[in-house]
Parts: sequence; C-alpha cells; structure tokens
Amino acid sequence: MTEYTARQRISRSEVAHVADLARLSLTDQELDAFTNQLAAVLDHAADLEALDLTDVEPMIHPLPVHNVLRPDVVGETSDRNEVLSCAPSIENEQFRVPPVLGESP
Amino acid sequence: MSPSKEITARGLAAEVRSGVRSARSVLEEHLSVIDASEKEIHAFNLVLIEDARAAADVVDAQVAAGDDPGPLAGVPVALKDNICTRGVPTTCSSRILEGWRPPYNATVVDRLVAAGAVVVGKTNLDEFGMGSSTENSAFGVTRNPLDLRKVPGGSSGGSAAAVAAGFTPLALGSDTGGSIRQPAALCGVVGVKPTYGVVSRYGLVAFASSLDQIGPISRTVADSALMLEVIGGHDRRDSTSIPVPAPDLTSVLDRGVEGLRIGIIEELSGDGLEGIAVDVKARLGEAAAALEAAGATVAATSVPSTVYGLSAYYVVAPAEASSNLARYDGVRFGLRIDAPNAGDMNIATRTAGFGDEVKRRIMLGTYALSAGYYDAYYGKSQKVRTLIMNDFARAYEEFDILLSPTAPTTAFPIGEKTSDPMAMYLNDVCTISSNLAGHPSMSVPFGLGNDGMPIGIQVLAPATDEVTMFRVAAVLESTAPAGHPAIGGVA
Amino acid sequence: MSTNATTEIVPGWETVIGLEVHAELATATKLFSGAPNRFGGEPNTNIDPVSLGLPGSLPVLNEKAVELAIRVGLALHCRVQRSVFSRKNYFYPDMPKDFQISQYDLPINGEGWLELADGRRVGIERAHLEEDTGKSTHVGGGGRIHEADYSLVDYNRAGVPLIEIVGAPDLRSPEDARAYVSELRSILVAIGASDGKMEEGSMRVDCNVSVRALGETELGTRCEIKNINSLRSLGRAIVYEARRQVDLVTSGGRVEQQTRHWDEAEGSTHKLRSKEEAYDYRYFPEPDLVPVEPSDEWIESIRAALPMLPRERRRRLADEAKIETAAAALTVERGMDDLAVEAIGLGADPVRVLVHLENNLADGIGSLSAGPFAALIAMEVDGNLTSTQTKTVLAVLVADGGNPAEVATELGFEAMEAEELEVIVDSLIAEHPQDWLAFTSGDDKERKKKAGFFVGQIMKVTGGQADGRAVNELLARRADA
Repeated sequence: MTEYTARQRISRSEVAHVADLARLSLTDQELDAFTNQLAAVLDHAADLEALDLTDVEPMIHPLPVHNVLRPDVVGETSDRNEVLSCAPSIENEQFRVPPVLGESP
Repeated sequence: MSPSKEITARGLAAEVRSGVRSARSVLEEHLSVIDASEKEIHAFNLVLIEDARAAADVVDAQVAAGDDPGPLAGVPVALKDNICTRGVPTTCSSRILEGWRPPYNATVVDRLVAAGAVVVGKTNLDEFGMGSSTENSAFGVTRNPLDLRKVPGGSSGGSAAAVAAGFTPLALGSDTGGSIRQPAALCGVVGVKPTYGVVSRYGLVAFASSLDQIGPISRTVADSALMLEVIGGHDRRDSTSIPVPAPDLTSVLDRGVEGLRIGIIEELSGDGLEGIAVDVKARLGEAAAALEAAGATVAATSVPSTVYGLSAYYVVAPAEASSNLARYDGVRFGLRIDAPNAGDMNIATRTAGFGDEVKRRIMLGTYALSAGYYDAYYGKSQKVRTLIMNDFARAYEEFDILLSPTAPTTAFPIGEKTSDPMAMYLNDVCTISSNLAGHPSMSVPFGLGNDGMPIGIQVLAPATDEVTMFRVAAVLESTAPAGHPAIGGVA
Repeated sequence: MSTNATTEIVPGWETVIGLEVHAELATATKLFSGAPNRFGGEPNTNIDPVSLGLPGSLPVLNEKAVELAIRVGLALHCRVQRSVFSRKNYFYPDMPKDFQISQYDLPINGEGWLELADGRRVGIERAHLEEDTGKSTHVGGGGRIHEADYSLVDYNRAGVPLIEIVGAPDLRSPEDARAYVSELRSILVAIGASDGKMEEGSMRVDCNVSVRALGETELGTRCEIKNINSLRSLGRAIVYEARRQVDLVTSGGRVEQQTRHWDEAEGSTHKLRSKEEAYDYRYFPEPDLVPVEPSDEWIESIRAALPMLPRERRRRLADEAKIETAAAALTVERGMDDLAVEAIGLGADPVRVLVHLENNLADGIGSLSAGPFAALIAMEVDGNLTSTQTKTVLAVLVADGGNPAEVATELGFEAMEAEELEVIVDSLIAEHPQDWLAFTSGDDKERKKKAGFFVGQIMKVTGGQADGRAVNELLARRADA
C-alpha cells in the first residue's frame, strides 16, 4: 500500500478534528494509519476533480418520487418495558445518562 | 444426505403445501447440515433452533387444518444480521449493538413469515455491511464453503455461505455497493439487488440509505424470483418504497432472450479495468456467446461515467453512514462504556464498539460532509450519480440489458486485503454503479475460474425492469458450463 | 418596518432584534411516525421505533403537519415552495438519532411578512418544518445542567412537529419583540396550527440581539439568546443583552458572535459558545425522505379554508366599531371580535360592547352569544339597568346563557318607577338640608361631591336598583326648581 508522507489530501490534524466531530478517540498510531488510509481513498476520488459538473444537478433521490405522506392517524406505540429492557441504564422509566456538559444547540 | 441444487425453495414449498413432507422434517434436515459444518464455515451469528421448530410446527398445523401457509411454506431462510427481528438479537456483527433486541420486525421478515417461511438464523456480515469479505465482523470471519481458506465475499458473506453450504435454500442479504451480488458470485450462488424501492428497507439497519436495498440469495434463479415476489411490493413505512405491487417473476423465467439487445459494458469488463482476471473475462465472453446462441443480439457498449462510480460511492456511502451511525451513542440501546459525562461516554462507547473499517468510513464520511468540503466531495459525488444515470439512460436506448462480471476476480484468500482498504474497495468496482443509479442487477454463477472457484456474471437492467433481468439470468443459468462446484456438498 | 418607534434602551444606541420562534404543530401524531403528539403523560409512553430513532426505523412524513406548515406560510404571506428535508448532525442525548431532520436550503415557506397590531410590518425570512427533541431532566446540583450528577431522558416529545419561523432583524425594542410574538401567537392559534403555549414550551423563542449607534446603517455583531420562557423574560433578556453589548463597545471592547443563555433567576445572559465553537452540523439532504412539492390546487384549497386572520379581524372590528385598528387589538387577541361584530350588527352600542369585552370578560365569553349581549346593552343604554346590574346580568349570561330581560327579572333588577324614585329623593333632601344647600349653591367641585353623596345614599336605600343617570337628572331638576 502507498505511503503518503508529503502533500497529503488530508492532514493528521484534520483527521483528529474529524474523529472529534464523529465522537471517536484515536491513539497516535491509529491517527497515523487512518490519515494514510483516508488520504489513499481521497486520492482515488481525485479523479472527480477533472470533471466539469457545473451544469449537472446533484441527485437527491434515485427515483423521481415526491409527496409521500401519511395520514395523521395515531398508530401503534412501543411497549415501554420492551424498549427500556435494552437500555444500558434506566431510572424512573427514563434513560439515564451521565451528566450532560453544555446545552442542546 | 445434504440438500443439493436439486433441493429448491420452490420444490420444498410445493411438497409442504401439498402435505407430501412436513415443514418440521425439512427444517430438521437443514439443521443437521448446519450442525455438521457451521463450526468451520461460521455463516451464522445466531441459529434459532427452537424458534424455527415452533415456526415449522405452525406451518404444519396450517397444512393439517387445510389452510395454505403460503408460497414459501416450510422453506428455511437465513436473514442477514442487519435485518430486525422482534425480540431476537440483531447485531450487524458489531459489538456496539450488544444486547439489543429490536421491538419490531423488518417488513421483509413479516412478509417472509406470512408466506410460510421458517427463519432459522441470523447470518454474519461485515460490520454494518461495510466490507467485501465478511472479515470485518466483531464475531469472526465467515469462510467460503467451497474453499475454507478463501473469503465468501461480503458484506452478505454469511448469507451467501449459508446458501452455498446448503444450510438454507434461501437467504436475505442487503446490497449497498455489491454486498449481495459479490458474495453470491464468490460462493457460486444467485444474488439479486432489486431496483431501489422495490423491497422495503423498513427494519434494515441503515448503512447508506440512498443505496441500501434488501434482496434474495438462492441456489437457483427461480428461487430468487420466488423470494423477491414475496418480499417486494409497496410498504407505507418506507417513504422510498415504489408504490406498486411486487413484479410477477416466476411466470416469465421460461420466456428466453430471443430478440433482446444485450450490451457488454466496456468500462467494467475491458482491459482498462484495473485488476480484472483473465478467467473472469473468458467466462463473460462465453456468457455473451451463450446469450447470442439463445437468440439475443450482443454488442460491446460504453457507459463512460461508470469509471467514476467507485470514487463517488466511497464518498456518498460513508457520508450517509457517518450520519446513520451517529445514533450508536450508548444512550438508548446496545453497548455503553461509562465515563464521567455524556460526551465522553459517547466517545468511549463508540471507540470501543466500532471496528476499524466502520471508524474509517465514519471519518471519511464526516470529512466529506464537513464545512468547506461538502461541495468538493459530497456535492460533486451526487452530481456524478446524475451523470451515471444519464449514461445508463443513453445505453438503455440501445440495449435492453447490460452485462459485466460481478467481481474482478474469484474469491481471494482470507487476510489478503485486510490491511489495504483501497485494494478491498476495488472489489466493488463492477457492482457499485447499479446502486448509485438505483437500478436492479443480479449475479448468476457462470462457470469456474482457473482456481476452480465460481465466477458470477452480472446482469444489469433499467429501473423496475426485473422481469427482463430474470429472463436473461434464467438463460445464463441453463447455459452455464458444466463443472460447477458441488454446491451444498460440504466436505 | 418603519423605525419611528425606536426605543433607546441606552440613549444614543439602537437595539436590533430578530426572533426565531419554534412552535409545536397541533397534529395528532408526530412528524414522521404515528406515535401520539401529546403534552405530558407518563415518560416514554408516546414512543415508537421511529421517534426513538431505533436502528432500521424510517421516517414517513405526516400530511397534516405539512398542511399546517403551509397554513402558517400562507398566513405569513410566505412563498410556499418545493422543499427538501435535510439532516442536521449533532450529538445530544435528547436527540434520538443524533441528527435532527429539519429543512435547510429548501424550506417549505420562503420569505413573507407579519403585520403588527399597530400596522407596522416585520419581515419573515423563512418558516420551515423540523422535529422536536426529547426532554432531559438534570438530577442533582439543584437541577442545573452544569452541576447535575446525571440526567434522565424522556422521548415523549421527540419527533413532535415544529415549525421554525425565522423573523428578519426588523425589531427595535422589547415592546416590538413582545408585540411580534403576541401577533405571531394569535395567528398560529387562529389558523389552528399551534396552541402557542409558551408556558408548556409549545412555543419557544430564541432572540438575536445586536446594537449600533443611532444613525449607523451597518448591523452590529449579534448574539443569540436561548432559554427564554415567557414574554416577560424576552423583554428582560433584550434589555440586559443590549446594555451588556453597549457597555462592551463603549469601554473599548467589541461584541463577539456568541450563543448566550438567559438565566431567569439571575436576570442575566451568559456565554454558551462562540462562533468558532459553533457546531459543524454537516447538513445534507435526508435520503430516507422524498421532496415535498405541494400542488397549486392543494395550496389554494388550504388558502381557501383559512379563517380570517387577526390583521383582517382588527380591520373589520375597527370598521364596524368606528375606532382605530390598534384599539381593536385586545378584543381580537382574545378572540372576541366575532361576538363584538355581530352584536354591533344587531344594533348594540359599539363603545359599550368593547368596554364590556375588554373590562368584564377577560376570562372568556362562556355561553354569551351576540343576541342576548346586544339586548343587554340596549337595556343598559336605555337606563333599564344600572351598569352594576348590567355587569351582574352579564356574568350570568356568560355562565349559563339565557335571556337578559328574564335574568334581570329573576335577580329583581326591575328599573325603579320614576315616582318611586322622586319620593325617595325628596325624603333624602329633607333629611340632609345642609348637604342639599351645598349642592344647590356650591361651586362645580362642591356640587359634584354632593351629587356623589346623594347618589350614594339613594343607592344605599334602594339596594343599588336606582339608575344613576336618572338620579342625577332628578337632582338637577329639583335644584333648578
């Protein structure tokens, strides 16, 4: 496999930032390996750079369908105990989580 | 007495429905095959012996009461372990789903059960469907039943192996970039990726939502047709489901290919394609000749933008995956690694729960969507999909069906490509374009490679034309060279 | 919007305000599944695989939510357009999928405007559909998020349909902001889109504030304030934030673009995060949903079914009652304008109609309908009932309905015969000669005071049944005699 040392398409610090966004933690060794591997994939994707796509519409959906709507009718709800029985931690019929730092955006 | 190619879902269902055989005896026979070879193949994450016996007994009771259990009466089926089954662990071969039992069935599971099928187990896969060899599983690799040193392909490697080994005549896989067709090819069985929207994705754990599609894996073309008739058709729980009934396929299989115009895709079979094997090219040539002999016209054609398929795919699929897999955060289900605060708990859980390939794709996708890179990667790749669709549309003005190999090579040795993700990704080069365009395609076994391992031919059709695709597949099946490996005849 | 009503929180400085209002839509079910959209209830009961974001679940869009969103768009004069849902990616325990399905570059409603009660217009930038989050309760640390021992999450609210209405930075004062929110709430309630209850969190307001020196045309750097739970805190937060920003600028600093948290108890805002720390939401089109393209026929049928909006209702009432539109605002806000217009149409005195609606019917009109209301006002104007008696009868009509004349009779509110009143007045004059002298020969002030005394005495003697105006007329006649 190719070793990427110079002019990489993605830097080590970018990979670290991306891991942060994705809520993953990487060891230094993993960071190096992932940086090289992601750079290889992005390198392959570089063939797209040559394409002139200015007048091409991005595909939003494989099929030309729209307005898929459901009537506003109450349906079946989940059994609370069945759902909570799969939760890592519960209290008072709620999902218990360690303290949340910061507020919802 | 292990089930062989002669034992088909169609035949078993007919026997069970008519009372010639009991569903229970069919099941026990298959369970004994599983018992004999599952240890070395490891097709399953879970075999549901008691549940399956209970289900078979229900079918038998229906027959005894004079009721028709349905077109798959008593047929044992295996489900890829990313398809939700109520109360039964659904792991996606990931540690992160440890302990999760879905509170609901996927639509396809409900439909199979309603048709009389008997679910015997959940099959191994590359974690969340990310891989082409079933080596990226938290629960160990699945081996190719035809050569235990080789991979079965992936990500539906467990389902393809189960069918090839005679564990079940039918299995469900899911296909995001070739995950049904490539393992089917490598294991010498039939695998179908239907048109996007023909089979409901409700209850399929998402990898890349705009590409994922559930489909059948079977030993015969007719069995895949039968299974697709059962699982296909509109489902109001999936907004991307096509609002029409499942196509009638079993009745068209004998119509032949007389007068059909068939094109061989240069970009996916010619010398320009990196890593395509000589024996694969040879079988494709023979397949073309066989179709011509059967009355079709065959010519080479070009679908130029398919060469960008791999690049676009490895942006779009990871991008969607990075979002789809965010929910594995340790809060509501599955694994949790505790930490002093919620954010650190998310990180600890995801870091411990996901394997390397999943992490790699999550990061790739996160990067492709992140501020400043969206247009260069995700935006551009979605435009490439439009190009590919336009190119296919042009090709289908001239041809009814397109042909290519399913995979560039036969099954490769376990461990050969695990350290080089890009080399692994190149395995999907022939299959990806159908997913990007949302078109149907299927792999049909057609002879062997120089190593004696099976080779699959990919039949591609325009959107919703499964009927013509199956007609061509049936002819390929009937004209395939002799010397097929003893499918189901596990040593 | 015109800027003539500029209120300076700090002299010489203009405050520029833009509001983002989230309102829960009044559907029976959630935005993307059939789980009930219901406030309160046992935790984690209004849930299903979709609203819990379970693996394998898929969203299917609620038609009613789209219809209500279109109603909002039409009521706000927005361009209703083809729209696409997008995923807004961020991790938070109350967000089941760790992404929110929202609308990004293609919202269902584009630009529009809202007219305040005083006739000024505020721009609307967009009004789009999105799903609500679950609710976290922070346990320990006095319920404060940053001191909590742990949190409990209830997903009953997760997936409830929201409309987010993004207003232009056209507001200039806390009064403007409150007027805008009140008007918006009236519209949402009038068209049946939302119950608009801020106290239950079904309507939530985020507030963007910036300041600039009077006369400056460039906008200053803004801060977004979150956690505003009432109209009162909206005003307080704006005043606090405007002062903070002016203090910063005048002491040589500069305003940093931030998201800030309003602390109701402290009466202050504090920094949540800076622009640099802002989330990278990685928006992309939601692949599990298809575009929404409302047909012209659908939009027009929704438009045709829209009720009269507050703005039109103020105009109508103002025309009927021959008053300024602003004077019609309270009655319209209370939803009593139909009654007013009908009663006026039946000949009731417009001034008395509005006086009763504004002063005596704050708690609602109950069983009161226009016919009896108009009849009651006629009795009052004709002097058959005193204003006190009118109020009493009105209360009965509100509670039980009925005919005002019959109610008045049952209550014994017969208007006194003129002769009977004369006898009483004459005897009172005889009993209080000094007061009578003061009344007849005093100056205006003294005369008024004594008139009050005599009226009070007469009311005492008659148990309030005398008509005050008749008494005054009688006193005047006797004095002139």
